[in-house]
Amino acid sequence: MEITARSLWTLIHGMGFGALYLLACSGALVELYRRYSPKAANPIAPGDDNFLKFYLVVLSVLAWLTVLTGAYIIYPWYRAAAPAGAVYLSAFPQRLLLSNPATSGWHSLGMEWKEHIAWLAPISITMAAAVVIRYGRDLRNHPQLRAAVLCFTLVSFLASGIAGFFGAMLVKHAPVEGGRVIHLMHGE
Amino acid sequence: MKKQEPLIPTTSVVLPNGSGAAAILSAGIGSFMVALLAIAANKSAILKNLLVFYKPTGPLSGVSTTAILVWLIAWGILEWRWRKRNVALGRINAIALVLLGLSLMLTYPPVAELF
Repeated sequence: MEITARSLWTLIHGMGFGALYLLACSGALVELYRRYSPKAANPIAPGDDNFLKFYLVVLSVLAWLTVLTGAYIIYPWYRAAAPAGAVYLSAFPQRLLLSNPATSGWHSLGMEWKEHIAWLAPISITMAAAVVIRYGRDLRNHPQLRAAVLCFTLVSFLASGIAGFFGAMLVKHAPVEGGRVIHLMHGE
Repeated sequence: MKKQEPLIPTTSVVLPNGSGAAAILSAGIGSFMVALLAIAANKSAILKNLLVFYKPTGPLSGVSTTAILVWLIAWGILEWRWRKRNVALGRINAIALVLLGLSLMLTYPPVAELF
């Protein structure tokens, strides 16, 4: 059983940071909606408040790690230019997708959308974290602030969902492969 | 026995909304800049070359870095101006959400290609 270094990075980016972000973001949406609702009956314990602040900081770090590993580690491998006259394009995923009308849309729509929309996720969730850190329990007294934070967090979730979906489809149709081979275990 | 945490009433101190408004509006501006710069780089070869900050990543490096810088600078300026004030949050939220909605729409390639 072996994996290439580029596949491992793709896994870390998508299944590690990205998927974890999506899962955690859904939890943040529920907590932001429930906890700071002006109609909520119970006061908020300081420990609970601090936990959500920490949770949102971790979420922001995850979002930044996802887009930065995507843009600066994996994307250069994805968009690498193939030498003139190259016939075997499996090491050049973008070229491979564009070489066939049945797969070109995964680049022209999928990657083109993913590479830009993904940046909305860290910007939005960093803002949400900053507002929750600044206001904390006081957000119950600012329903408009809470509503805006919820909308941005929802967009962050949607943006990362879209980027994640196209990321998975791109890996399926033109995986980023190559680099050092890492042997995980020997077969029987 | 587990020690019970003290519960603090939510209405003890009401902070001015300016700081939150600054964060929200600047996030809208930053998001919109991502879409705007992506379209501009697609339309202008000169801008596309100018936005190549890191060659292996291409113009995406400049689009994202410039948008992040604009976002952080806008946040810093708005925070400095509004942090101790209450501002018209309804209007600011509306502007920020329109910018965010436009960003979502304009990053979608079939819409971006209309320009």
